[in-house]
Amino acid sequence: MTNTLNLFIGLAMGLNLLALASSRLPSVIRAAAVQGMVLGLLPLLIEKEFHWMVWLVAVGTIVVKGFIIPNLLRRALRAANIDREVQPLIGFVPSLLLGAAATIGAVALADGLPLLPEHAGSLLVPGSFATVFAGFLLLIGRTKAISQVCGYLILENGIYLFGLLLINSTPLLVEAGILLDLTVAVFVIGIIMDRIQKEFDSLDTNKLTSLRE
Amino acid sequence: MKELALIAVPFLVAVVAFLWPSERTRPWLLPVAGVIHAGLSLWLLIAPPVLAPGAWFGFDAVTRAVLPMVSLLFLVCSIYGVAYLKLRVERKNRLFVFALLVLLGFLSLALQAQHLGLLWVAAEAATLMTVPLLHFNGTARAFEASWKYLLIGGTGIALSLFGSFCLGYASLNAGGSGDLTFGALAVQFTKPTSQVSEVINLWHPWLIAAWVLLLAGYGTKMGLAPMHTWKPDAYGEAPAMVGAMLAGGITTMAFVAVLRVKQVVDAAGASAMTERTLLVFGLFSMFVAALFLLGTPDFKRMLAYSSVEHMGILAVGAALGKVGIWAALFHVWTNSLTKGALFLSAGNIRRAAGARNENEVSGMAWRSPMSARIFIAGLFAITACPPFGPFFSELRIVRAAFEAGSTFTAVAFLGCLLFAFFGMTRLVFAIVDGRPRAAARAVGDRFRETAGVILPPLAFLGFSIWLGLATPSLLHAAWSAAAKLLFPTP
Repeated sequence: MTNTLNLFIGLAMGLNLLALASSRLPSVIRAAAVQGMVLGLLPLLIEKEFHWMVWLVAVGTIVVKGFIIPNLLRRALRAANIDREVQPLIGFVPSLLLGAAATIGAVALADGLPLLPEHAGSLLVPGSFATVFAGFLLLIGRTKAISQVCGYLILENGIYLFGLLLINSTPLLVEAGILLDLTVAVFVIGIIMDRIQKEFDSLDTNKLTSLRE
Repeated sequence: MKELALIAVPFLVAVVAFLWPSERTRPWLLPVAGVIHAGLSLWLLIAPPVLAPGAWFGFDAVTRAVLPMVSLLFLVCSIYGVAYLKLRVERKNRLFVFALLVLLGFLSLALQAQHLGLLWVAAEAATLMTVPLLHFNGTARAFEASWKYLLIGGTGIALSLFGSFCLGYASLNAGGSGDLTFGALAVQFTKPTSQVSEVINLWHPWLIAAWVLLLAGYGTKMGLAPMHTWKPDAYGEAPAMVGAMLAGGITTMAFVAVLRVKQVVDAAGASAMTERTLLVFGLFSMFVAALFLLGTPDFKRMLAYSSVEHMGILAVGAALGKVGIWAALFHVWTNSLTKGALFLSAGNIRRAAGARNENEVSGMAWRSPMSARIFIAGLFAITACPPFGPFFSELRIVRAAFEAGSTFTAVAFLGCLLFAFFGMTRLVFAIVDGRPRAAARAVGDRFRETAGVILPPLAFLGFSIWLGLATPSLLHAAWSAAAKLLFPTP
């Protein structure tokens, strides 16, 4: 069981690196979407007995993170008529190297932290740290609004991964609420991006400079 | 039941507002909700209910010490809102009124939340509901501010979710059953301190990680430096009443979240760490705010930096033990209500002048005399001149610092206040005095200082004086009860 789980988490960690290394925005969106779907499957693996709430959260996660949000982003992409991140603040190779270093660091860090016996062999904690870091890197290092939103999604995926540590003991109601909030958040982000695109004729956040001291 | 009504009434009125057909009469729903909400919270303030053990939300001592203030703030802002939206007939107000009411509902939920996860969900939802309020003006600058608010606020709230999970995991490691209500968490961490250090080692790293992440996350919502960067943009672009609700409502919610988490971490015996970090963040925020206040040319952004400064004051207060927490809760009231007067009068001045920069605005004492007078009085109030409320609450924080034996804190605190005073008086008198500009004359003729836009800020000033000179004993008792709950050790 832990092996299947670790396989999926390893896949998610690989997708981090893919998102960090790629300059084409559609592949960044795809990486975030596939990662979201992979993570959506995990509660089904962890939870042993059948529970309708678990299924609801899993299906909800897969639909929202795998289909609804990526479609929203692709639509914004088409409207803005852009395809690439041209001048990232942190280059693709440096961010890939940083991401890889963070993955190794996350494994080392998780080794030093006290874990419950049932989580001892799993990649949940290092996977979560590495994913959160990759999300941050995208959020800080890219200038296109869409890349930043993908960074935010990957950051949320990492936190979601950590939340799975608590799945056996805390009510899923909270997780359902979190999923709902995330959906609304990205929806609102999508609307604002649409308006920024109309007002500024670009989704380049470098152009958002009229507010400063 | 009344606790639930505090949350349900705004939501219900919000639905009604969304379906309401008339643009002209819809804003009147705001004061309707405000009056009911204020009545309910006054009732609960006088006769607090007993909190059921293990409840996910309820009106406990901490809620009692702050929620009536948010309710009062909303009530006065809602009355201003009717007059404001009448001036803005060219913009559709359906979404604005709806979002404002939903925001009130989520603020009531977040302030009453006794469960770590529920608190997060409510805080995130409240953050999202402010976005439509921020870009009500529909300008490019407003969208830029909304984008920055979303990105910084969203990241902050993601960090606090991460921190909440870490705290939950720490409690599992401490032998907890997964009950994430604040009371249960505090008990779980108190138990093992008598045991051997090996048990503590199991959860201590997670606890520290949780505190750091939660403080960074909710600190971003509060606007503590260096996570304050969304504030000037958001406050600068938002309509005046939204600024007042952000500065008095959202930040109060985040401060209460920090206090509740601090209570849990303190129970685990880490109060030295929480107090030191809060003190550092607090003094740093005051310092950064004082620096920017000396330089900013924009009087709406000035209010944002003043808010950063006062969040710093709250953090310093929270770091100074029971007396400090009491004073901080007092300051939550005085600061929020005084800020209300400043934001609303600044909104009037902004409309009368058609600009917000000191290079473009002057002579407002002639163009909008009442608003300018309220703005000056508000300036002296917020920079802690007697007899206004902030003077008394800040005095108590300084006294708490001296009593705690940290003279450095008190001296740094007073120094920052002094520079903030210099910065704010410089800017305020630059826009109030002098001769009116030609540009302002053209716009100014359209703006009339009606009772609807003058009485609400005047009421806020009245509250500020009243809190300073005659603090009701009921509030004294409420703050003492909350301080006792948050800081149980004598």
